[in-house]
Amino acid sequence: MLGLMRRVSISGSIPTSMLQQSLQRILPGLAILERGYSTLGKEMTVREALNSALDEEMSADPKVFLMGEEVGEYQGAYKITKGLLEKYGPERVLDTPITEAGFTGIGVGAAYYGLRPVVEFMTFNFSMQAIDHIINSAAKMNYMSAGNISVPIVFRGPNGAAAGVSSQHSQCYGAWYAHVPGLKVLSPYSSEDARGLLKAAIRDPDPVVFLENEILYGQSFPISDEVLDSSFCLPIGKAKIEREGKDVTITAFSKMVGYALQAAEVLSKEGISAEVINLRSLRPLDRAAINASVRKTTRLVTVEEGFPQHGIGAEICASVVEESFEYLDAPVERIAGADVPMPYAANLERLAVPQVDNIVNAVKRACFRSVPVAAAA
Amino acid sequence: MAMLSRLASRSSHLGRTLLLPRSLCCSTGGRHFASSAGDEGPTFTVETSVPFVGHRCEPPSREVETTAKELMGFFRDMSLMRRMEIAADALYKAKLIRGFCHLYDGQEAVAVGMEAAITRKDAIITAYRDHCIFLSRGGNLVETFAELMGRRAGCSNGKGGSMHFYKKEGGFFGGHGIVGAQVPLGCGLAFAQKYLREETVTFAMYGDGAANQGQLFEALNISALWDLPAILICENNHYGMGTAEWRAAKSPAYYKRGDYVPGLKVDGMDAFAVKQACKFAKEHALKNGPIILEMDTYRYHGHSMSDPGSTYRTRDEISNVRQERDPIERVRKLILLHDLVSAAELKDIEKEIRKEVDNAIAEAKESPLPDPSELFTDIFVKGCGTEVYGVERKENKILI
Repeated sequence: MLGLMRRVSISGSIPTSMLQQSLQRILPGLAILERGYSTLGKEMTVREALNSALDEEMSADPKVFLMGEEVGEYQGAYKITKGLLEKYGPERVLDTPITEAGFTGIGVGAAYYGLRPVVEFMTFNFSMQAIDHIINSAAKMNYMSAGNISVPIVFRGPNGAAAGVSSQHSQCYGAWYAHVPGLKVLSPYSSEDARGLLKAAIRDPDPVVFLENEILYGQSFPISDEVLDSSFCLPIGKAKIEREGKDVTITAFSKMVGYALQAAEVLSKEGISAEVINLRSLRPLDRAAINASVRKTTRLVTVEEGFPQHGIGAEICASVVEESFEYLDAPVERIAGADVPMPYAANLERLAVPQVDNIVNAVKRACFRSVPVAAAA
Repeated sequence: MAMLSRLASRSSHLGRTLLLPRSLCCSTGGRHFASSAGDEGPTFTVETSVPFVGHRCEPPSREVETTAKELMGFFRDMSLMRRMEIAADALYKAKLIRGFCHLYDGQEAVAVGMEAAITRKDAIITAYRDHCIFLSRGGNLVETFAELMGRRAGCSNGKGGSMHFYKKEGGFFGGHGIVGAQVPLGCGLAFAQKYLREETVTFAMYGDGAANQGQLFEALNISALWDLPAILICENNHYGMGTAEWRAAKSPAYYKRGDYVPGLKVDGMDAFAVKQACKFAKEHALKNGPIILEMDTYRYHGHSMSDPGSTYRTRDEISNVRQERDPIERVRKLILLHDLVSAAELKDIEKEIRKEVDNAIAEAKESPLPDPSELFTDIFVKGCGTEVYGVERKENKILI
């Protein structure tokens, strides 16, 4: 656990003890992961993965430029763009005023002309100030113009809950953006995901919403030489089977993939073999992979951190019921954030987001195993 | 006389683009211009109707150089635009055009004056009152009417409609339905022009209604900070839908609203004032960054076809402007004053234009509605081989 703490506090701005407490609340079984990775050779944090992807794509194509609050001289609010201003100069790494509607519109206009902007939102909560440009100016343009004007832009930044940042800074926007035709919506989990999907997003000719996760930035993952190559790229629209299993399918994206993997570990000790699907792409959604998995396991639990109503899990459940009804042996289960604005108090915050136990319980219900009565808060 | 017959023979080509002044390069409409200076006809100076008023800048001179060819071109182009918009009105009432239809008649001088001062490498972006700007950027009548009627031959294949005309190759970036959004987008175009070191500028057009939008000020702030070659054109027709400017803006001096950004107030009904101001603005923007031009103009129609336009303004006001300030009449008077052609010949030109517009409408009507498969095209430039669903998911699904 301490080794991870040291890696996580690279940014230097959060006191280690506070970070330790926060992380213990949010990632209780993290020690399991760390032990698993220590023997595997090269490792890279998600932060390093994103930074290297940006660096390589900027190097490969002079039309790629970065724009956002504090991306330049501050080295990035979460240090994702560290070193890029020094390397590429102020014409290609632009610090903007705190005016999301204005700079997002400028970014989209630049993409209309043929540049390849990467617009950073300090968190996706602030993207709501610019959402008209993301949806109406970017997503719909290629269709409305019958292909005359395309929009090769990437909107990226941290999404979802962090730790103790309360209701206005904790929302997950996956469901909102994945709702819209014309957008591609990606959400990486591991460093391999971060590198491969961000590079794919920047090279893609369509507008991409790239939902990162602040807690994952400092997390380290093993990485192969293939992933480190500057030509490495992952396909958009394809999920990854993170862990094969035969009794139940668990779908997740971003941070929740880690939780799902921990739940799978716990479940395996109780004789339940869970298949964990890392969605990677929310739009397009890899319905083929999800349905193929459910047809094999006959049970489905969807996991997401965001609000439950009309969420990602709702779409996945509908897809499975539509395509694979006869294969289901149990009702589909959704695990999502509580249907409340995110509270600040530590105990309430813990109740508002999925924990590993919640996923384990859901799987057991889907397997018709008895589940311990929920303890009082 | 010889010049007139040359003009007459060119106009018989269907779906033609505008007769553009010689100062422009590369027309996309298959029109070619005589190369010798003699074909421009006499050069003379025109005085703008009123002097320019500057904000934080020295206004340009009221004296504007022009040629007979340019003057005749203004007459033809504005008459064509006027005729096109009136024809669109009739098509809308005949229910061949659906949804929204925002007409530009009255404001033609802004479109032609601006085009006379720039090249097709400069960019223009506007909101939904875009039919005439599309024409001035190289669009033709057939693709305009076809798009309005939602047909396959439309410039957006029938999938955009009145508010969504585009012609990237002609430097025209739309065609936007959300009031004000086009201004930051336009500043983004200017950003790209500067990034690519093209020495070109962007004209981002908006109305008095949009002038109060917050994103305008956000984009202007960034444009001024980064010295972007962005020219903001406020087409002040004095009414944001049904709301008069004095009811919407605490300060309706839109050319001053840029504060630290210089501005110029221009008579938008005078094509030469517009041309002079745009030429001035282009030089300014390339050296000093953003500038605002407020075009004092007027729309004869209501806000859109569902607005009679007379509940918030008097019929007297409308007819007064038509009498005193109509842009086409001003140019007609100038042509007759300089004895370029006779009044009867001008009438002949108008008759030709009428016929052309009628022929273009007939041709556009022949174009069918888009094939149902077009429902699913152009969602992405690059599909991922994944499903897109129609209304009945089980019946209607394709991979894109």
